[in-house]
This record gives sequence, structure tokens and C-alpha cells, in this order.
Amino acid sequence: MKVSRKFLNDYIDINDLDIHDIAEKMTGVGNEYDYCGKLVEASNLVIGEVLECENHPDSDHLHVCKVDVGSEVLDIVCGAPNVRKGIKVIVALPGAKLPGGEIKRSTIRGVESNGMLCSIQELGIDHKYLKPEDIEGIHEVNEDVKVGEDALKALNYDDEVIDFELTSNRGDLLSIIGMAYEVGAIYKREVKDIDLSYPKEKGKMNFNLDIRTKRCPLFLAKKALNVKIKESPDFIKKRLIASGIRPINNIVDISNYVMIETGQPLHYYDADSLGDTLVVRDAKDNEKLVTLDNQERTLSKEDIVIANKEEAIGLAGVMGGLSTEVTENTKNVLIEAAIFDSVSIRLTSKKILRSEASNRFEKGLDYTRTYMAMERSCALLAKYADATIIDDICAYDTVDKKDNVIKITVDDINNLLGIELDKKTVIDILESLSFTVLDKKGTLEVTVPSRRMDISIKEDLVEEVARIYGIDNIPGKVPTLPLKRGSYNKFNRLIRNKLTSLGLNETMTYTLIPRSEVHKYTLDEFDEVTLLDPMSDDRSTLRYSLLPSLMMIYDYNSKRNNKDISIFEIGKSFFKREEYGEEERLAILMSGNYKDNLYKEKITFYHLKGIMEELLDSLGYNGRYSLVIDKLPNELHPGSSANINLNGKNIGIIGKVHPNVTKEDIYVLEINLTLLKSFRVGTLSFKEISKYPNIVHDVAFVLDNNITNETVMKEIKKSCGKYLVDISLFDTYYFDNNTKSLAYNLVFNDPNTTLTDEVVMPIFEKMIKDVTTKLNCKLRDN
Amino acid sequence: MEDERIVKLKEELESSLNLVKTSNDLVTLKAKYLGKTGIVTELTKNMKDLSQEERVSVGKYASAARNLCNLLFDKKNEELEQELLNKKLEKETIDITLPGNKIKRGSLHPFNKMVMEIEDLFVSMGYDVADGPELETDEYCFQRLNIPLGHPVRDTQDSFYINDEYLLRTQTSSVQARVMEANTDKTPIRIICPGKTYRRDDDATHSHQFGQVEGLVIDKGITMADLKGTLEIMAKKMLGEKTKVRFRPSFFPFTEPSVEVDVSCFKCNGKGCSLCKNTGWIELLGAGMVHPNVLKSNGYDPEKYNGFAFGMGIDRLAMMKYGITDIRYMYTDDIRFLKQFDREEY
Repeated sequence: MKVSRKFLNDYIDINDLDIHDIAEKMTGVGNEYDYCGKLVEASNLVIGEVLECENHPDSDHLHVCKVDVGSEVLDIVCGAPNVRKGIKVIVALPGAKLPGGEIKRSTIRGVESNGMLCSIQELGIDHKYLKPEDIEGIHEVNEDVKVGEDALKALNYDDEVIDFELTSNRGDLLSIIGMAYEVGAIYKREVKDIDLSYPKEKGKMNFNLDIRTKRCPLFLAKKALNVKIKESPDFIKKRLIASGIRPINNIVDISNYVMIETGQPLHYYDADSLGDTLVVRDAKDNEKLVTLDNQERTLSKEDIVIANKEEAIGLAGVMGGLSTEVTENTKNVLIEAAIFDSVSIRLTSKKILRSEASNRFEKGLDYTRTYMAMERSCALLAKYADATIIDDICAYDTVDKKDNVIKITVDDINNLLGIELDKKTVIDILESLSFTVLDKKGTLEVTVPSRRMDISIKEDLVEEVARIYGIDNIPGKVPTLPLKRGSYNKFNRLIRNKLTSLGLNETMTYTLIPRSEVHKYTLDEFDEVTLLDPMSDDRSTLRYSLLPSLMMIYDYNSKRNNKDISIFEIGKSFFKREEYGEEERLAILMSGNYKDNLYKEKITFYHLKGIMEELLDSLGYNGRYSLVIDKLPNELHPGSSANINLNGKNIGIIGKVHPNVTKEDIYVLEINLTLLKSFRVGTLSFKEISKYPNIVHDVAFVLDNNITNETVMKEIKKSCGKYLVDISLFDTYYFDNNTKSLAYNLVFNDPNTTLTDEVVMPIFEKMIKDVTTKLNCKLRDN
Repeated sequence: MEDERIVKLKEELESSLNLVKTSNDLVTLKAKYLGKTGIVTELTKNMKDLSQEERVSVGKYASAARNLCNLLFDKKNEELEQELLNKKLEKETIDITLPGNKIKRGSLHPFNKMVMEIEDLFVSMGYDVADGPELETDEYCFQRLNIPLGHPVRDTQDSFYINDEYLLRTQTSSVQARVMEANTDKTPIRIICPGKTYRRDDDATHSHQFGQVEGLVIDKGITMADLKGTLEIMAKKMLGEKTKVRFRPSFFPFTEPSVEVDVSCFKCNGKGCSLCKNTGWIELLGAGMVHPNVLKSNGYDPEKYNGFAFGMGIDRLAMMKYGITDIRYMYTDDIRFLKQFDREEY
């Protein structure tokens, strides 16, 4: 909402106030601003009269003028086609600052020039307010303006503007009068009355209103006859420009002017094209209407239309129709001032056009302003369009006019704000906002003015008191609540810390991915969760696995020649089975070098497996998980991938990405953290260390390549029994494609006594016999 | 007399030893004096022919000479060994400027670094960190927060709907409703809820996915003064003790009264710069006293209980803190970006 200082001054005396002070204080009570300053920034402009105008001796279009600027007569060279002797003009004196630069004394093709004659455009007025002649030539000032006067003042451009960014609840501030009340509350000043007087002509409207929808609680119509369409008076035009609205002609300008002034949008119909009946009803589905902008609109029953007996002639509150538009030839005007359902207007305007008018309907309107705007509109049409106003009115009014009275105590206010205001301060503040306060034995009965439709409960009044008192004046303290230690998701933090210390970089990617990616890297059955109306196909579906996202990150970085990638992410996974659901997942992707290039640690499956083991062990799952080869997603290499199994449940996958997907060696892992977390972990407790020495023996077997390390270890453990306390693989050797050797280091210990080889050797020998028989392999003897 | 001989022998040995360069030379020299026919060995060869007196004298001298030889040869031997070792060590010199053999440290995403910092601060003040679904229902995201169907706020929070009921949450405020509803015994609530949120918006300063942290305190007798004090502490702890905080009245459907909180621009210290658009202030968050309708919708009697809530953008805060210029960096995950957040601050 752009507020013109001159316009505002009509309703509250702010002559002595600095515009910036007003803007800052308004911010302090909750009304932020975007811009605050002069309407026109240009300086050093005066009114001059062209005394002489000769052709430039050295140019076919320049003129050499003698211009009287009051204090002196200046020689000025001017290129405008319309410059001529006798006209009054805007003169930028040397030193004037215009948006195009500073004006200096100069010599133009050998002739001295001491200033510039200006067009309106050159003053820095936005293009949208300009007519062609404001751009093409210098501005010709009216005869009655005195030479030597400050040009901006003489032309009514000496205004200041604050452009407020209002909160959506303050529809009442979308009017100069509403702003006046707000400023009045801040500076404790009275709001001035609006002039609604005009000569009334006795007569009958001879017009029928037919309101057929509940979504139009108030509709007023009056007639203005024999209007003269012409330019608006200068002050109206300039105030509209300051308010951000382009002046058109007196009729259109007055409807806009009254809207800005009162906040009530009006619509003017050509009364003669309208006929004698006006209907307000719900639109029909697929009903057609050509709006003012000459576009055919297809309506639905959610829209409200204005119609004559036959067809729709306007979209209520949003845009008028072409057939009843006020034109140059209009003689008689039907004025509409109405209130329509705000939600309906919002939905319709969202489809068709958002305008100053629809914005006000959306926020809700005060019925007293509807009546006020109608009268004000009549007064201005009478005054500035020579209209004859018939005193009859067509009115449909179902508005509930009951006073909005809220009971509140001073304690209610102090208890919510945490301060100690006395009753007088509270009453003063409420009265400064023009609320009426009745003190009934300590309970305040506050009558809220009808314009303040945002106020309905006690807490709203508390806010009014707080904002006028100043929230910055409330001293801060900390809630007095029982001391306790807060809790947080330590599990995820442990994972993050472990993985970053193992050299991985954490990423954060988008939840929304292409639909085609959503079933990748998983064999789980689920229905994908898809947006009704996505921004693009790439962001249409909620992801299940996080791995497609990490693969995209790999691609992005690899294209930039960063191929040493070790990343992870923790994020939500979405699905629909019976119900919609979400789970938390951890995904890891590793490729390229794990360590500095020099040390040649190319990432392998075993790096990722090691990271997985480190992670799970550090979380307390040591010994409870294993890798099993079950069914694997198609995106994984079938020979270098596995399912991660914890206590018999599949909690994730680990492996190499299938060569069909990428030519690079990329290793990935994904674990369902929600599932993992559901497995409880015991507390950390000390285990007694054996006081007796270990006996250590090595053994190596030559086996078929298909026999896994895990199988061998299992057999060794099974055969050795309780004295075997530790076993580790210390060497692998592949003889050929069929046979390999696996060498183990076995540690024996008895916590109760010193073990001797007499005890251990028979166990060891038996183990060798058991393993070689069971696995059909040989002891490696060299 | 013997002394003179010893001195002379010493001189002779020392000059010979000076010529010794290798351990072989030393062995040869050793043999010359101490070998079977060596000079010192020879001294005692014909002892039986000597008188008792001479025997004593020769024996004494021979013993002294032998001791001297051993001493000097041992010393020389040690010197030769040390020399050899030094040569070996010299050969073993490595290039200490080659890179260390290490696992390069990883990094946390700045979004999560910011979240952890906020969590740590509030956990230290007794707040619990709460979590809620990102795929939320209209009821919890809007209706229970005093945003009924048709409310204009729904337009500014243009949402990604899955169907009539489900949507991606537009605000972490949805967790408020869930926590209040679940707290049936009405113990004091002190929570923050950081998380991802989604709105239909994508440009240099907006991403369709972004983060918010919601704060909520509910009990008897909570006031606006409590809200102010809490947020002042937060602003100072997060952005520095010198940070100034400004409260402006505002409007949100789920709070009444509502405020917006500005902090003095940390780039220009409030003098005015491009970051704060020359105002000296940067908008940090929105907050207010929980609206009675929200209390009611979630099982609380607004006549007995009240509370405050606040919500702030995580991406924006992280961007301000680390000077990140474009929100898209946060989601592109360029490894060169990620690796810059590879340490803790203390």
C-alpha cells in the first residue's frame, strides 16, 4: 500500500512530521515498509516562460530559447519539437539533479545553454503513468502557474510516499482513512472527517436489484446522471500516481481515488447499456464472459457474477465486463459499492487477475465504508464530473451490524505480556486506536470499531496494547520451568560423527526426484508417493531410496572432474503400503581414491564394508550382523554385492553399482535406520581380562575358490570350542581360478588356568582334520 | 723409564690409527701389536730367560702396553662403527614433505552443522528435540494451527499436495500440534523441532525444499516477556553477544500476539550494507504467543495454559553464518563446497 503524504494529511495532520519518522514508528507497531521518500527525487526545478525561441544556427532540430525563470533570463538550447515562444515550461537549472544525471552549463554546437527544459519523463516519473506527450516533448505548464515557482510544487509532484508491506490481517490499512487511524494512535492525534456533501436531486432509481447468492451480503447502487468525462483535477491525478495507479479520466480516477481513500472498491457501469435490472448470482459451470480486457473467460460455480436478466456482465469484485464498460460516450453511470465473500474473490482473482480491488475484497470489507464510499463517490462525481446525483438508492443489506464487544481485564493483558501496565495506560492505548472502553468493575468492555475486522478475541486486544505500548519496551526474561536436561537424537549424531571421521562428506539432496528413479536400488514393494501437481517431472515423486540422489551428486561432481567421492546422507524415505509412511535411511556412496593419490588406496568393496563394520560396531551391533547374498536390486553388481542382515532381518544393501548403470567403480550402501534403531543395544560394561597367557597357532588351508572365509571361520570355531578366543584371517593367496589359500591366526586361552600345548595341540590337530574333511580341502604345508 | 716407553708407544699407536680407514685396516694393525707374533705379545716371549727383577719390570710394561692397545683399538672400532652407521642413516633420509598417509577428514553439511548448533543451545536450556513426519496431513499442517480451509495464508505457503489429505509439510509448526496432542498429562512442553519443509518456490533466495526450526513452550503462566528473553539469548549465543535484537508486531494465524524478530546486521554491525538493504537489521524469525484456537485444537484449555512459539529458517541462518551466497549451493552438493565445512568451531 503506497501512502501519499498529501493524501494522508487530508485525514490526519502530519504537516510537522518527518516522513521517515512516520515510517519507522509504523514499523514499530507492525507495519513494515519497502520505500519511504520523495515521489520525485529531482531537484532545482522551476517554472519558466519561453520569451524567445529561434532556430539553432547549426542544427535542423535544436532551438535557442530565452527563458524567464523569475530571477533572470537564461539562454537554453532545447531539442523538443513542441518548444515555442510564450509557453510555460519546467526548467532544470544548472546543478539540478535528474534521474538522467546532473544539469550543467554547457555549449551545444557553439551555443551556450544554461539549463534544460524538461519533459515529465525526465523528472523520473514511471513510464506506466505517462502519456505519449509526456515522453515526446517538454511539458507545457498551465497558464496560471507563476514564473519562478518551484516546479514540483506547482505541478503537485512535491509529495512524499511510504510504500507499506502490510500483514494479511490488516485489510483496514488498505485505505488512507485506515492509515490515518493507525498514525493517529501512534502520535495521539485526531482523525479528520471525510466530506460527503453534494447537491441531491429528488428522483427514483427505477432499478431492480436481484441478489441470488449468499456470497454478497451488501450491495448498494446509485445513479449519477449526465456525467462529463474529462481529465481529473491535477491533485487527483498526482495522488493516484503517488498511490501507484495510472490516471485515465475523471470517472475512472474517482472510483480509484475513493477506493484508495476508503478502502472500498467501486464499480461504475454505463447505466444505459446495463438496463433496469442487476443480478448477483453464482456463476454456472462453463459460463462464458468477456471481461474488460477483451478476453473470454470460462467460469465455474465457485465464481460470483454480476448479470443482467440474460447473461453475466461482470465478475464480481474481480473484473467488469466489456458490454457495460464506461466509455468516452457514457452519459449516465450506475455506481456499485458492494461486499462479496472474501474467499470466493480470492479464488476467482487467483485464476483471473489480482488487482487493487480484488486484494481489498479478499481481506474483507467494513460495511460502514461501503456506505461511506458510495456517498464520497457521489460527492466527487458531482464536483469533478458535473454529475447530477439522484437521492434514491438501491440497497441490499444483510450485514450483521452488532457491535463487536470484547471483555478483558488488565490482568489478562499483563499475564500474557509479562509486564505491569496500569489500567489508565491500557485504556489510553485502546482509546487512541478509537476503541470505546467501558470500565465495569475492573472488567473492560471494549467496543471494536467495525473497520478492525482482524480483532475478535481477547488476545487480539492484548496485541493491540502490546504494539502501541511497544514490544521492545517489554523486558525479556526466561521461563521459570523445572530444570532438566534436554534430549536429542544422539543416534543420528553418532552416525554423522563416525562417518565424517572415516573421511566421508555429508550431503543434503532433494526429497523430490523423477518418478522413473523411485523404484531403483531396492526390491521393496510399495506404491510411490507422487505429487498432484509437480513443478516439473524431475521433482514429481517422493524418494524411497536415497541412492538415486547420491548417484546424481556423483554425476554432478564427476562432470567437474571430481572423481574421488565419499559421501553420505541421512534422510527420510517415503512410501505407501496400506497407509502413507516414512522411514529414515542412511546412504553411502564411495568411488575413486580413499586416501591421497600417492598411497594408491583405490576404494574397493572392502573399504565400504570396513566402514559399515566400524559404524555398526561403534553403535553396539558387533557380532549381530552379517552379509548374505539374497535377491539384489538390478542396479547392483550380482557378484560384488550383498544384503546386510541384522538378527535375521534385512536392514539394507551394500555393493558395487552394476556396470549397466555406470562404467565407473562406484560402491554404495543403504541402511534403514528406523529398522536398525528398533534393535536395542545393551549397555557398555567391562569384561574381566584373562590373567593367563595366550597360546597362538597359525594354520593355512588350500581350498576351492567358492568356499568363503566365513564358512572356514565358522568350521574352525565350531571344531575348536571354548578355548579359541580369537581368530583372524592374515593372508589370502589365489593359486589360480580354482584354488586359493586362506591363512588364519588362532588365539587360545583359558581364563581359569595356564593353557599348555598338551591341551591345545590335540584340539588344533582335530580342527585341521575336521575342516579338511568337512570342506574337502588340504592343509597348506609350506 | 716405563712411562717414557708407554708414551712413546701411545704416540706410535695414535699415528698408526690415524691412517686406519676401515675395520680391515684395524684388524691388521691389531695383529701387528697383539697377534701371536705381535709387538706386544713378543715382549713377554722370553720371560723365562730374565731375572726376577727384569721379569717384573717387563711384565708390568707389557700389561700396560696391552691395556693401552685394547683401549685405543676399541675406541677406534667404535668410531669406525659410528661412521658406518652415520653413512647408513644418511642414505635413509626421506622426503618429509611427501603427504601424510591419512584418512582425510570428512565434513558435515552446513545445514546440519547449523541444526546441531541450535539443538545444543536449546538442549542446554532444557528443551527436547522433537521430530515429526515430513509427509503430513492437512489437519496437522494447517487446520490444528488455526489455518482452516480457504485461509489466505495457504496461498503464501503454496503446497505440494499428494491428495486431498496429505501434503509435504510447509512448516515445522506441524510438530507443535503433534507434541501437544501427545502430551496428555499436560507436563510443561519445551521443544524445538528442526527439519525439512517444502513450498512451491524456486529461485536464488528460495528453494522448494528448505529447513525450519520450530520452538514451542507450553505451561501455565508463560508470557511474552519469556519469549523475548529466550529469543534474545538465542540471538546472542548464535550470532554474538553484541547482537542487538528488535521486536516488531506482526501477524501469523497460529500466534496472537505475533512478532517478527530482527537482529542487527552482523556484516555491517547495523550501519547499513547490501546484506541488510541499508536498514541495519536482518529479519531472523517469526514468533508469538500460541493462539487460543491452537491450544484448543490440540487438547489444551486456553484459560489455564498458554505458551510461545517461534519458527526460523535454517538455510538462511547457515547462509548468513558462513557467508554462503546462493541457496542452491546448499542442495547441489559440489564436493568442493562440502569439503569447506570440515571442522568444528570452538
